Amino acid sequence: MIRFRSHLLICGGTGCHSSGANEVKKALEAEIRKAGLAEEVRVVETGCNGYCAAGPVMVVYPEGIFYQKLTVADMPQLVGEHLLKGRPVERLFYREPAKKEGIPGMLDIPFFANQQLIALRNKGLIDAEAIDEYIARDGYQAAGKALLEMTPAQIVDEMKKSGLRGRGGGGFPTGVKWSFCAATPGDVKYVLCNADEGDPGAFMDRSILEADPHSVLEGMIIAARAIGAHQGYIYCRAEYPLAVRRLNIAIDQARVYGLLGDDILGSGFGFNVEVYQGAGAFVCGEETALMRSIEGQRGMPRPRPPFPAVAGLWGKPTVLNNVETFANVSPIILKGGDWYASIGTETSKGTKVFALTGAVHNIGLVEVPMGTPIRDIIYTIGGGIPNKKKFKAVQLGGPSGGCIPEEYLDTPCDYEAIIKAGAIMGSGGMIVMDETTCMVDMARFFMDFVQDESCGKCTPCREGTRRMLQILEKICHGHGVPEDLTLLEELAGMIRESALCGLGQTGPNPVLSTLRYFRNEYEAHIIEKRCPAKRCAELVKFVVNLEKCTKCGQCFRACPVGAVSWEKKQPARIDRAKCIKCLTCISTCKFDAID
Amino acid sequence: MTKLKLDDLKKIRDRVHNETMLREGGATAKVTVHMGTCGIASGARQVMEALMEELTLAGRRDVTVTTSGCIGLCSEEPLVTVEILGQEAIRYHFMDKNKMRQVFRRHVLEGEIQTDFALGKGTEHKE
Repeated sequence: MIRFRSHLLICGGTGCHSSGANEVKKALEAEIRKAGLAEEVRVVETGCNGYCAAGPVMVVYPEGIFYQKLTVADMPQLVGEHLLKGRPVERLFYREPAKKEGIPGMLDIPFFANQQLIALRNKGLIDAEAIDEYIARDGYQAAGKALLEMTPAQIVDEMKKSGLRGRGGGGFPTGVKWSFCAATPGDVKYVLCNADEGDPGAFMDRSILEADPHSVLEGMIIAARAIGAHQGYIYCRAEYPLAVRRLNIAIDQARVYGLLGDDILGSGFGFNVEVYQGAGAFVCGEETALMRSIEGQRGMPRPRPPFPAVAGLWGKPTVLNNVETFANVSPIILKGGDWYASIGTETSKGTKVFALTGAVHNIGLVEVPMGTPIRDIIYTIGGGIPNKKKFKAVQLGGPSGGCIPEEYLDTPCDYEAIIKAGAIMGSGGMIVMDETTCMVDMARFFMDFVQDESCGKCTPCREGTRRMLQILEKICHGHGVPEDLTLLEELAGMIRESALCGLGQTGPNPVLSTLRYFRNEYEAHIIEKRCPAKRCAELVKFVVNLEKCTKCGQCFRACPVGAVSWEKKQPARIDRAKCIKCLTCISTCKFDAID
Repeated sequence: MTKLKLDDLKKIRDRVHNETMLREGGATAKVTVHMGTCGIASGARQVMEALMEELTLAGRRDVTVTTSGCIGLCSEEPLVTVEILGQEAIRYHFMDKNKMRQVFRRHVLEGEIQTDFALGKGTEHKE
């Protein structure tokens, strides 16, 4: 019997056979003979090794080296290096799936590495329905400090020092708002939380309420102490059932622990919170409309002044803050206003949560320090634009905001800088649009939204937005005339000046900002009767461009009504009598070959 | 129960802090299913059901299962975090029932990290 110095155990299971083990074995044996090693090493075919995904696999004894994904071409090197010279071929080594090297650390992933978490400090870490877990992450410590160690004036001072500004979009300094309300005399005051998040594409508040409801409750307790209120309401839209449920669970748990109710933490101070479900009218996110809605009346705004800090809910002094604003309060009280003010820019302090959505890789929720360029949010954190499309614009602030084009992408997140670029910080909705978005159509969408959601109380908003929408629809349908643009601008200016509340005053913003940056698209619609992004169906010809068509037949397969005819190696043709102008072929075509 | 005082708050904090860090209570592993609206919409409920079935089958008392909210990366939901005592947390993305079963059997029970499903390790929370 011959003693072999090395055994090569090559897998002969079905998996490895189908990935070419047989050919590899033959090549291996041939190489071994060529090298004159046939007497020294032995090739053994074994049963399935189990790691079929990496086949063909082979184990070399006595070293016990595991090779994977072998090919015929690897054999000369393997025999020459390993068997002749005794140098294992590292490039063919099997990588242990249990080894951590293959998995990046969370902080090596750009999406997470570039965020700074304050409002979202507990996201994904705690069970939202277990108060103990919130307490374990220093929960209610700030409330304890505010109630037992600080005077109301000190709380307000700390908030002023922090420079925190209203995260609902207005950007009014929170500390100043609290000081106004604290200075207004009155036995009965209220703290309200605005959780009526309605901007299309925005979900920051929902996520905070679902993941960390106690952070909002704690912020409200501290606000109540600062202004001397004993009752609070959270106005949350009924479309957020999970948020409402978790809020109610959180309130119940806080009551059991005596963190809500009379004599909180033995301080003698009492405060209670109730959830009020709104029926989903967008205008109820406006503070005066929201208060009327809680009072049981129709949700319509009223003129200001008097401001809510003087006469708010039921005519009593009231502080109304957004969910994210309240979520920032506890860290400020615990770590101090100076710490918070050290983050961010000259006029915008701390961090901001954005709901990143639209044409971007990593759709989700991000919290970044103020001053982060918008480009970093979209490209570094968001991972850029998918499907090799080009970036066109990003819409900030929803229907009250505006868009920022490529050339202003380096604008930092800063209330003033974003306004200068023609948009608003807003509540944090960030909708990324690629080249397939028609800016006129986008403006039409938002105007349609504002027009739908207008409460109808004041004429400029009720009638003005409707006229603007009609003009935009006319342009999208190809009946626009050059004078329409002047008329749009004139109407926008008038509505801005004269509407009663924020909804109307900011409603024309999407039109104004698209006119500012994408006037050429409006002109293409009006003068050339052409939609550059091919989104306005009335302006698309639905003709196949024979030069660009690659004859792939994708449009043929996608058409829902069989209006496209195509055969192998022939360009597609569109039967315009059958075509319903659904634009499916245009979004399917990868070669921009349909005009 | 009686009302809390500030000291009680600290006691709860220290007790639960230890528990969530897996140091006490005999737990050797904790599995968190992230169940925000985004997670539920993409199937976190089914993932949770599969996990509970596996847990019952395995009959292990030292594995805790909990839910939490969105971790922010909504486009890669359902997300699941597996923490084994003394090891870095592993976050799994794009989970479904079968992946959950595999992760439970191979990673939670046998300690073999399922690299193919993993998003990352450790935590993004900078202390």
